[in-house]
Formats: sequence, structure tokens, C-alpha cells
Amino acid sequence: MNKDSKGVVLKNVSKIYYDSKLKKDFAAVDAISIDIEPGSFVTLLGPSGCGKTTTLRMISGFESQNAGDIYIGGEKVNALAPNQRDTAMVFQSYALLPHYNVFDNVAYGLKIRKIHPDEIRVRVSQMLEMVELSGLEDRMTNQLSGGQQQRVALARALVMRPGVLLFDEPLSNLDAKLRITMRTEIRKIQSTLGLTAIYVTHDQAEAMSLSDKIILMDKGKIAQMGTPRDLYFRPASTFVADFIGEANFLKSTVLEVNEKSVKVMYNKVPIEVESFGKVTKGSDCKLLIRPESVQLKDEGILPCRVIVSTFMGSYQYYQVETGEQTVIITEYNPRLRKTYKAGEIAYMSFDTQDLYVL
Amino acid sequence: MSQSASLERKKLLSDPLLVVTIVGLFLFLLLFTVYPLSILLVDSLYVDKKITVSVFFRIFGMPGFRKAIGNTLKLGVITGFLGTIIGFLFAYVDAYVNVGSKTIKRLFNAVSVLPVVSPPFVLSLSAILLFGRTGLITRSLFNLSTTALYGLPGIALVQTLTFFPVCYLMLKGLLKNIDPSLEEAARSMGASRWRVFMTVTFPLMLPGLGNAFLITFIESVADFANPMIIGGNYDTLATSIFLQLTGAYDKSGATAMAVVLLTISMGLFILEKYWLEKKSFATLSGKASRERILVSEDSVRKPLVTFCTVVTVFVLTMYALVPLGSLFKLWGRDYSLSLKWYEYVFKNKGYRVFTDSMTLSAIAAPLTAFLSILIAWLVVKKNFKGKGFMEFSAMLAMAVPGTVLGVGFIRGFNSGLFHTGFLQGLYGTGAILVLVFIVRSLPVGTRSGIAALNQIDKSIEEAAFDMGANSAKVFITVTLPLIKDSFFSGLVTTFVRSITAISAIILLVTPKFLLITVRINEHAEKGNYGIACAYATILILITYTAITLMNVFMAKFGGSKKIKERKYE
Repeated sequence: MNKDSKGVVLKNVSKIYYDSKLKKDFAAVDAISIDIEPGSFVTLLGPSGCGKTTTLRMISGFESQNAGDIYIGGEKVNALAPNQRDTAMVFQSYALLPHYNVFDNVAYGLKIRKIHPDEIRVRVSQMLEMVELSGLEDRMTNQLSGGQQQRVALARALVMRPGVLLFDEPLSNLDAKLRITMRTEIRKIQSTLGLTAIYVTHDQAEAMSLSDKIILMDKGKIAQMGTPRDLYFRPASTFVADFIGEANFLKSTVLEVNEKSVKVMYNKVPIEVESFGKVTKGSDCKLLIRPESVQLKDEGILPCRVIVSTFMGSYQYYQVETGEQTVIITEYNPRLRKTYKAGEIAYMSFDTQDLYVL
Repeated sequence: MSQSASLERKKLLSDPLLVVTIVGLFLFLLLFTVYPLSILLVDSLYVDKKITVSVFFRIFGMPGFRKAIGNTLKLGVITGFLGTIIGFLFAYVDAYVNVGSKTIKRLFNAVSVLPVVSPPFVLSLSAILLFGRTGLITRSLFNLSTTALYGLPGIALVQTLTFFPVCYLMLKGLLKNIDPSLEEAARSMGASRWRVFMTVTFPLMLPGLGNAFLITFIESVADFANPMIIGGNYDTLATSIFLQLTGAYDKSGATAMAVVLLTISMGLFILEKYWLEKKSFATLSGKASRERILVSEDSVRKPLVTFCTVVTVFVLTMYALVPLGSLFKLWGRDYSLSLKWYEYVFKNKGYRVFTDSMTLSAIAAPLTAFLSILIAWLVVKKNFKGKGFMEFSAMLAMAVPGTVLGVGFIRGFNSGLFHTGFLQGLYGTGAILVLVFIVRSLPVGTRSGIAALNQIDKSIEEAAFDMGANSAKVFITVTLPLIKDSFFSGLVTTFVRSITAISAIILLVTPKFLLITVRINEHAEKGNYGIACAYATILILITYTAITLMNVFMAKFGGSKKIKERKYE
């Protein structure tokens, strides 16, 4: 870990806006508390309007919180202006200064810190090398492709050696293929330099591939905070399960709760499940089934009728009906498997460890 | 010729109405914009059947004329600087600073609109009422009988206050176009607010500021009415031409002077258009991705907002002085209320003055609106030879000072086309006044028409063609309804510009027609400020009514906006 990297702590931070249409206040960010360790990569994930960008902008100092405290590297930064905080931000629009060339864009912050020109030259060229832009120092920014502009923006933030690196949906203006290349590169550079990074995105794939920890937000609150695996396999709510990956929910009832498993009843079929959230005996619950964890067989646990069956190449896509509910199933590597046609009766078969009750 | 080009031409020729329209428009533009300007050059260089520059030698030999050139340029630079700076401060406060009060913002807005709806010399009148020989402040407050106002200080003051709102609106648009994240990026890299302003905002605005300076410069150089009323002995090119023509009856001298003024104005215009427009960065950074966080620090906010508020209140007071000036018995001596100036106005053919002005402007307005939309449509949607020339000649008048156009029309038509007697009948009629109004407003209308048409998805019209409509049908049933807002605003703009116009028509008007602006000029020159104010007040009421009607109409029937919005969904 880089010794300059700083942790970020938010304590009960809120941001209230006045909604002029509804004529009342609403909380864009509602009393959230976060603890980000130095050197870790954390994403703020969520649908638009969930408060993730507002949170990032409060950390950078562009917005001021209405309540709560923000600490960067243990220092309370509530009253510090953006230029006084040890953060550097990569913007969605890149925000490259159009009247400067690549070199001057990257050198901008260093010049403000009154760093010696010789050192500036060295640091800028090191950084440009790192983002594979060596030789383009004299180009104006409008002569660069979208991906190159993105790299300049990244270099400009990295060259500051900030205690915390902030990303505001930096890849959303790139095409799909470049997005994947860039996110791998960002992750690589971040872990090489051991920087603390906070990354805002609405793209769950981006969040999963980048993060040590995901903070999933919904309506100004934290829906769940944890590793990508936690969020996928042990979601705290149907919102989380639904937002991350595909999910089928079967409305069931809890029959019994044991130490290592629970038994639930769906459509008169008892099902044993080995991972579960907080459930109590006799209450309603939801049985979470990921589409890839189910296979259709001639015999199995839940009987169903196939409604749609489509060959998708890497998997066979099914929609089946069981009880009153529709379940989506994706059977990967389908070449040697039996395929069922629409209208056929089959059984859903799954491993009891792959289901989750919440 | 390639096959596609020949096919294109055949397609065009298969639409005879379209061809006739194009030819007709070319004739119109050649005759009434290109020809009057060309004849100036011809007449000043071709004397007694030989090409000579003797006329230019003669006028440059006049010390008064050399002085007028110096005066004009000096005035242009001063007004350009002051107008740009004040306009920029207003724009910055509007776009970047948390003003804190909606009322103050509305006042700023009023200041930006007032010069559009009021005749060009209103501020001269009120400056005289305030600071003139019998001014409220100079005479009544400080008991001075000073003539310091008349001349450069007066013109510069009045022109700055008249033209800075143009800079304000223009620079506001540019400032709002700067992506706030540029400034935020600089902030996040450690730059202070001042540093951000100096290294990001200001450099990005530099081409825009240069542009604003040049546009104000051009306006100042072209301005006739203000130097006439408040200039005293400070002659500018525009007033020199007028005096040379009406005082010294020196037609060839005035023509050559007009060529000099045209050269200066054109030169500035070309500089603005082709050099500065290309350097603009602000649009390059594209659409602002999120709203800007306004500056709330009192150290920035208070001085800026105070300055702009003071200027605003001053300008508003000046506009308010004109109706007040018309209501007092004798400004500077007897401040008792009376309607005697209005009585005077209406007893002295006042009624005819208003009907003449309104009739001529009302004829010019729909013609201009229709012509400019037609030209815009041809330029944007059609392909034909000489398209570039059509756009150029329709926009040409933008760079031509009214006085120059006036001299061009006199030289071009008082002895017929090319002095042959052909079309001589036009001179001295109302028709020639209407033509001048049309030519003067055509650039504005065409520009807004082009902008509106560029918003319309090409496929809408293509669908109509595809279903069998010809060009005329498409224009009337599809294009016109889609851009009726632009058409209507062109209509009202032309009406307002025409009824407040003076520089071009003061040379062309004959005693057959009585025009408000000419009357105001006459009375202001004679020092009858009460009468001038009474005329000006009624004029402001007329233009204000026209613009209010336009806004009401657009709010009620404005369909174009909805269509535009739908396109972006």
C-alpha cells in the first residue's frame, strides 16, 4: 500500500435539496455512514437519482453536506474547499481544458503546487507513459480519440498523487469494448500505485470487476455494503438481488429454521436451502433463484411448464411457469444437454446451496 | 459534369415554381443589396468617364473628414471596451454568481431587453435631460451650466449603455456553454477560484470577448442617431456623410465617405466572422453535463452584484426619464405636470406621423418575414448554384451601416438604375422606404430562419416529398407551420426595427412621408426635448405593444417548440 493513500470516513452525512415542483425538501443523501480503508477500491453503485454522485461530490467538496462529517485521512474536511482537499477527480465528460495541450493539461495541478519545472516534466512523462500516451504531449485535446482523452483525464488526476482518487462515471462515454479495456487498466494502475479510489457508476458489471467493496445505494440510503460476492450471493434485500445480476423471486413461507439451513414451502413443495438472511419461522419469505443456478430435467424438485425456449449460443434461454410465477433460466454450455420445447413439462433442479432465502 | 450533378439539376428544373422563386430572389437581392453598395464604389471611382481616385484625394484633404475618421475609431474602441467589460460582468453575475434575489435577476433581464424595444436615441435624450445644459443633475442639483456632455463623453456613455446588453446576452450564452466540470477539474487539482478564473474561464472566453468587442465596435461605428443628438461638434463618419449630403450638397464627396465607412465596417465584420469565430473554444467543450454551482462567497458576490445593480438602476432610470420628460412643462426650469407636448404633437400632424410610420413598417414586416424564411429554406434545404451567394447577399446588410445604405439607395435610384432613368419612379416613394426596411432586417430574419430550419429533422420534409408534394406544397404545408414561431418573431422584429430606424431612411425620406424617428431627431436637434420625449414615449408604447402581442401569440399558438422538444426525447 502507498503510504500517501488516505482513508475516507463519512459519518451520518445528509444532503437535502428543495424540490421546487413538490414544494418540499427531499434528501438526496440520507444520513449515510461509510468507512473506506486506505488503498482500497470502492464503488458507489446504484440507479440514477440514488445519491451516489452527490456523495462523491460531497467528498470532493463541490457540494456541502447539510448534516454529518466527512474525514479524509483522519482529518475533518467539512469546511475545506475542493482545492484544499487531497482528492483528484476524473470527470464523466473528462473535463480536459480545451485551450491546453496534453502536457499542459496533465501539468496543470503540478504548476499550481509550484513544483519545479524539471520535476513536472519528469512526472508528467512518467504518467503519460503509464497510460500509454507517450509522444502525444503536444497534441491538443480535440485531436484525441475518446479513449485517449479518457487516459489524459486519468493521467491528470494520477499525477497529483492524491490521497484519494475520485471517479465520476468516467467510462460512460466510451463504447462497450473500450470500456472493458479501460476498466481493467484503471484497476491495474490503482493497485500498482496502491491508491484509494472511490468510483461512481450505475453499471453493475463495472462495479463487480473493479471493486474491493461495493456500496449499493437506493433513494439516498445505503442498500448494502460489501464485497461483490457478498452482494451477489447474500443480498440484503430484493432491491439488491434484483439490481445485481438477474434474479427470480418465489414467494414462499418459512417452515422451519435450523442452525445451518431453513426449510421453506413454495406451491406445496418443501425446499431446503442452506444460505439465508434473517428469517423467522412461519413468516412469508422470498426464495431467490439465480437463472444460471437452475437446470431443467425430467425429474427434480419443482415441476414447471416451459413457455419460451430460445437458443442463444452460449446458453439456452428458458421461461418456465411454476405455480403462478414465471422463472427465467439460463442453461450454459447447452450443446450436449437435453433441450425442452415450449409447452413441455419439466422439473427445475438446483443445488440447495445455490438458493438464498430473504 | 458527373452524372449525379446533372441529375440533381434536372430534378431542380422539374419544379418550375422553385426555379422562378430562386431567380426572383436573386433579382431582388442583386437589385436592392448588391447594386446600391456597388454603385457607391462605381460612383466614387468612375468620374467623368474615367477611373480615378481624385474624389478620395479630395475628401482625405478635408481636415474635418480626417478628424471624423479618428473620432469614429476612437469612439468605437472606447465603446467597444466599456460595452464588453460591463456586458461580461453582467453575464458573469448572471451565469456564475448566486445573486440571491429573483427581483434583481428580473431587472437584469429587463435591461437586456430594453435596447431591443426602444428607439436607438432614447438614451441620448435622457442623458441630455440628466447631464445636459439644463439637466436635472448638472443644472438643478449642482447649478452648473455645462456643455461637457455634448461630444465624446456623451456619445461614449450613451453608446455603452445602449450596446452592452448585446454583449451581456452573447457572453451569457457562451459562459453557460462552458462545461462546469472544466472548472471543477481545475478546482480539484488545487486551483483557487481566482486561479480557475484566470486559467480556465477567462482564456475560454477570450475569443468571445474579442467578438463582443468587435460587434460593439461595429455598432458604434454605424450609429448615427446618438452622435447626431448628443455629439455636439464631435463629428463621426456617419454624421459627416449626412452633413456632406444635406448641408454641403456634395454628392460625390458623400459617396466616397460612405465607401470609407463601409470599408471600415466591412473590415471589422470580416475580422469578426472569419478570424474570431473559428477560434471559439467555449462551444468545443460541448454541452454542460450538470448545473454549475454558483459562487456564494460574499467577497466575490457583493461587489459584483452591487455594481450590476447600480448600472441596472441607472439604465432603468434613464429609460424612465423619457416619459417623464414629456410630462413636464419645461425641463430644467418648470417642473409642473402638463400634457402640452402631447397636445403639440397631435396638433402638428402627429396622427399622420404615427400612421405613416406604422403603415410602412407594417408593410415591410410580413414581406421581410416571408422573404427571410424563404431564403433560409432554400439555403438550408435546397441545392442549387449560387446558394452561397444568396446567403451572403441576404446577410450583407448586417455589415453595412444604415447611413451607407441610405447613400447607396440615393445614388442608385434617384436617377434610375445606373443613372439611366430606368426605375427612377421608385425614388421618393414609400416603396423605397419599405425596401430599405426589408434589406435592413433581412439578415436578422434569415439568420433566425436558418437556425430554426436546422432544428427540423430532414426526414419530415422528405416524407412529404415522398408522398408526392412539390416544393411549394412542402414549404407551405410542412416547413412554414413547423417554424411559425421564427416567422412570427421575424415579423415583429422587422416591425420594431423599421419603426425605430433612422440612419438609412433619414436620407431617403421626402416630405410626403412623416416618420416618428425623423421627427424626434428634428426636435431633439432643435432642443425641443419635451416634444422629442413625447414622440419617443408613444414610439416605445407602440413597440412594446407589438412585442407583447408577439409573446402572447407565441405562448398561445407556439407549436414549434413542442416539435423541437419531441425531436430530442
